[in-house]
Amino acid sequence: MTRSPAPTELLRQWLDRQLPPPAAAWLREQSGKLAVDRSERTLQISLGMVVRKIGRDDLALTPADLEVAATARPDWDPSRWSVDVATRVLMLACSAEERDVFAERFTRLCRYADLGESIALYSGLPVYPHPEALVDQASEGIRTNMRAVFEAIAHRSPYPRDHFDVQRWNQMVLKALFIGSTLHPVVGLDARANPELARILSDYAHERWAAGRPVSPELWRCLGPFAQGGMLDDLERAAASHEATERMAAALALSASPDQRARRMLAGMPDMSDAIAGGRLNWDALADAMQAAHG
Amino acid sequence: MMFIDPHAHMISRTTDDYEAMAAAGVVAVIEPAFWVGQPRTHVGTYLDYLAAIIGFERFRAGQFGIRHYCTIGLNSKEANNEALAEGVMEILPQFALKEGVVAIGEIGYDEQTDLEDRYFRRQLDLAKELELPVMIHTPHRDKKRGTSRSMDVCEEHRVDPSRIVVDHNNEETVREVLDRGYWAAFSIYPSTKMGSARMVEILRQYGGERIIIDSACDWGISEPLAVAKTARLALDRGVPADAVRLATYRNALAAYGQSGQMNEADWLDPPPIDQRTVYEGNSILRGGRDPKVEDAKVRRTRDELIIE
Repeated sequence: MTRSPAPTELLRQWLDRQLPPPAAAWLREQSGKLAVDRSERTLQISLGMVVRKIGRDDLALTPADLEVAATARPDWDPSRWSVDVATRVLMLACSAEERDVFAERFTRLCRYADLGESIALYSGLPVYPHPEALVDQASEGIRTNMRAVFEAIAHRSPYPRDHFDVQRWNQMVLKALFIGSTLHPVVGLDARANPELARILSDYAHERWAAGRPVSPELWRCLGPFAQGGMLDDLERAAASHEATERMAAALALSASPDQRARRMLAGMPDMSDAIAGGRLNWDALADAMQAAHG
Repeated sequence: MMFIDPHAHMISRTTDDYEAMAAAGVVAVIEPAFWVGQPRTHVGTYLDYLAAIIGFERFRAGQFGIRHYCTIGLNSKEANNEALAEGVMEILPQFALKEGVVAIGEIGYDEQTDLEDRYFRRQLDLAKELELPVMIHTPHRDKKRGTSRSMDVCEEHRVDPSRIVVDHNNEETVREVLDRGYWAAFSIYPSTKMGSARMVEILRQYGGERIIIDSACDWGISEPLAVAKTARLALDRGVPADAVRLATYRNALAAYGQSGQMNEADWLDPPPIDQRTVYEGNSILRGGRDPKVEDAKVRRTRDELIIE
């Protein structure tokens, strides 16, 4: 049985394959340097030079590449990475030091990062060593109002699912809705659903409705499994919405609820119910429909 | 017409300003590191400020379709706090290499003290070492002599004038700055600095070569639309369009673009990662796409009672 390559090996392969010779040579040279000079200063300087030497093109990954990535680190999705992100993540991931040293470095780098560095540093959370030691700084990162930085942590990464406790997880989901980000790319929404989050989101929906503001259809996903009593009233309201995407989300949420009343409500939406049973309506399909509706 | 405002302290300005600037055609701003109205007393505060102008402010500008760059440095006022100054000088090299940093600045003299002189010189050497252009703040008091002296020091330290923008010029300083080969920038700032009508006359007299117009807008009463307004005034009063374009766009790009950190492609053809993350492009530049910045926002009035 072939061992699946480590994420860092994959990053190195992809970069080597894609970068023009001068950039590839620079990366090889820097990697060699970083392997022997373990100082923070040299790491900082190397990270700082990356955009100038490597550029900002999107990382060119095939579907096969993404499959291998998912084998190397389940639920890791680097499809939206650019080459500078990949390079910085690689450098940091290979600078593995003893746990506390690594965690302190990561914190310092994040504190004085420019915008591009922030995105890169947080994007690499799925692949760094000592991930559990980075939780505090990742939590700090999630507090940002810079959507791009937030999404580097929250989207397409197993890190929050695997390392955030329930409070942090709930804050992240709520914040995503609050800053106008999306939930679909968050890994582990179903696995980490919990009653407290359902309660928070129900309250948040009430707040939005009272203000005459729309509720994102995505919100209902985290409510469904725990929907009972008042929350079912919420879903009833969403199921009667003028917006098709909201009705779809309500139906999906109802289908996840164990409650009898939810079953009855879903039976009253036969087209949606059939589509769910037939595998045509699921949260992925909803995401596509929302994308089509709002661009 | 597209404009660049190469001297704007956006950290002190509101989103109304960003909206107005975007609607007026400003595609890029450069935010110099300066003081924030009252002196900082801890190195950490200064570091956090530098981090803010390379991080959050860059993001904030991008949301309005404006590309944001900055200069970093120890300004002349806070150079007079030696303990602070030493601490800042130690970390400057680290910040100077950040993305979007187009120059060391704004440095120079405020009162022309010995400490100001010391840190001015050290930063000129740093700029040379890091191969970055320099933005020079000329003093507002004793300006004529201070400007000459600033250029003397640059030459003593053998920094190439073509890599130096001397800012806050006026009728008294411009001749010498241009003659000695520097870029001459003017801040169109009410009451204390340059005026737009006076600027038009300077353009008429000297042409557009190596002249740069900025707003230097900050927490005081200042005009973030100064570059756009001065451009329009100049055209209205018969200054050739070429000269206006040089002074309000091309020269700033040429001078600060020497850093390699600022390119026209950044706003005309940004990389996909930027479009996905930090830049919401100005609709003026994207033919055929739905405008993101629609009509210029209604000017804020006391009668607009609906807030939602």
